[in-house]
Amino acid sequence: MTMPLMRPQRKNPVKRTPQMNVPPWARGRVALNLTAAAAEGRFELQVCDDCQAVQYPPREACVRCLSSRLKWRQQSGAGKLLARTTLLHSNDLFFRERLPWQLGLVQLDAGPTLVVHLHGDVAASPAARVTVGARLDRAGRAVLIAFPPEETPHMADDPMLREMTCDPKLRKVLVTDGMTPVGQAVVRALVKAGADLVWVGHAEPWKRHGSGLDTVTSLPQVSLVPLDLSNGRSVTDLAGQIGGKVDIVINTAEVHRTYGIAARRGTDAATAEMDINYFGYLRLAQAFGPALMGRAADGTLHACAWVNLLSIYALANFPPHGTFSASKAAAHSLAQCQRAELRGAGIRVVNVFPGPIDDDWNQNLPPPKISPDALAAAMVKALRDGVEDVYPGDVAQEWLERWRDNPKVLERELAAGG
Amino acid sequence: MTPSTALSNTQLLAALAGALTSGGIRVVDLTQTLTPDFPQIVLPPEMGQCWPFRIEEVSRYDERGPGWYWNNFSCGEHTGTHFDAPIHWISGRHLPNNAVDTIPVQHFVAPAVVIDCHVQAAGDPDYLLTVADIEAFEQAHGRIPPGCWVLMRTDWSKRWTEQRNAEDYQNFDDTGQHTPGPSSEAVQFLVDQRNVLGFGSEAIGTDAGQGYHLRPPYPCHSVMHGAGRYGLQCLMNLDQLPATGSVLICPPLKISQGSGSPLRVLALVGV
Repeated sequence: MTMPLMRPQRKNPVKRTPQMNVPPWARGRVALNLTAAAAEGRFELQVCDDCQAVQYPPREACVRCLSSRLKWRQQSGAGKLLARTTLLHSNDLFFRERLPWQLGLVQLDAGPTLVVHLHGDVAASPAARVTVGARLDRAGRAVLIAFPPEETPHMADDPMLREMTCDPKLRKVLVTDGMTPVGQAVVRALVKAGADLVWVGHAEPWKRHGSGLDTVTSLPQVSLVPLDLSNGRSVTDLAGQIGGKVDIVINTAEVHRTYGIAARRGTDAATAEMDINYFGYLRLAQAFGPALMGRAADGTLHACAWVNLLSIYALANFPPHGTFSASKAAAHSLAQCQRAELRGAGIRVVNVFPGPIDDDWNQNLPPPKISPDALAAAMVKALRDGVEDVYPGDVAQEWLERWRDNPKVLERELAAGG
Repeated sequence: MTPSTALSNTQLLAALAGALTSGGIRVVDLTQTLTPDFPQIVLPPEMGQCWPFRIEEVSRYDERGPGWYWNNFSCGEHTGTHFDAPIHWISGRHLPNNAVDTIPVQHFVAPAVVIDCHVQAAGDPDYLLTVADIEAFEQAHGRIPPGCWVLMRTDWSKRWTEQRNAEDYQNFDDTGQHTPGPSSEAVQFLVDQRNVLGFGSEAIGTDAGQGYHLRPPYPCHSVMHGAGRYGLQCLMNLDQLPATGSVLICPPLKISQGSGSPLRVLALVGV
């Protein structure tokens, strides 16, 4: 049975902070499809369109009939454990530092046999039933894990699994803007998830009256900090104070105005959007990124993740909110850069793409609109599940589907009003 | 002493320079420091916003410029301690010489009187300067001369300079901002009866926080600028000025068609 994660002893400040050695990450183009699915929390394998064989490892052609008509299809992961072994030695630095490590051989009911990481609660009995899932490891690459078929107590606290996830339990989290309903919902969700400490940023303190900020700052785990992403000095000042302690950064700060090109004279609203949604994010990433990277292997509760509140409009411009869409597209592009830079250090970048949020600036949009609480719950779930891209809510899911089907068709539909 | 009767203007200026050098005339800085966290004027979020002061390093003796340190900054015309020109308000939009680049420069050096309302403002953040206050001031210090700045001392600036409390400096609640300023009648009196050059305050605007609800709304903007007069706001150190006899030096930046400008406001005070 998994031992519940306990608050570790305080760090000895005289000792060197261990640095991250990420596991091997190189993968071929075909195999990256496994990662693409795992990034959204799905376990997919190649299935042959001609003979229906399910195969692993990924290849260019079907191993049974040589057809190249292979499709990636979601798998249930049900199977049985054929063999297990305990790794006591490794020349790979990542595993060497985490020995012993449990590995197993699983045959899926769907056919293929896989080498997997073993969750500690998988039964020791021969031919134990397991459920295989795909997760991203510390290098951002998909790996396969065999779980017990039923949930077990404290399952998420398994040390191997914790290497693949970014559970906020007992961690210290910075939420960049607590003045918005979303920021406040995220703070509440983190506290509920067992976060040790939540710093919540607030800009322009004279506007806090009536913002609801007081409802979260009264929680004992929450500490209010000044943070204005439009002000580089504010960002570096805060990074200097708490950067060395933050395990997870959740950037909820955004400016959202509801204009296209013609609906607003001048560029002031668009500039404000870009200054927070893009440049503010850049300032934050420059100030806090190095501190996270430096603590990626700092004990059980090491730094682990960065969460960006983007928008489904980052994928395709929603013309009535055209400049906002453009700023989120810019932020999305920057997030891809940040992901590339942080992945090598073992820090995960989680992008969240909600549809319209049920807040003041979407007042004139009809439902469905995602509630701040549902959005916050999706962020915490993403951290626990270790996924990279989240499209929470019905609108986001529908847009994503249409965008994947044909971005050009979606563009035309949006130009015609949705 | 009335040296002007005895001295030529050239001698007068030399005497002034001498007094500045000797410290016989003191220079008092009435300017808040431009810093990113200085409270910024708040408008409803759907309206256009004045940029706060922001500053970013260009280089600091580093790889971006090994031998030199400098910054880029951005701000609005109405950020920090700033000057309001008549063109700022719709009532002054068609006046001649109504922008900071066209205002006669002679107006940028002018005498000032200081009406002390700090006791009233301490008890009532919505305190409005009244005509009675002006008359009481004149009883004690003589009639306000034409072409003179009228500065309203409230000690409001100390909420920032001493307490560093941005929330108290802005002083918002559910009904908006609560900061002192002049009443409509007082503004009209100063313009019509005293022909003042302009009005200066310590709070974030020349008008009271609740000035929108006065008649006319924002009287100090509407009436002063409509009459071609000026405004100074976010002033400090008004408690270091005498009631009469100081001279303000307050040239705004020469911005083409500028509605105002952050500026350094200095007061010359006889010791």
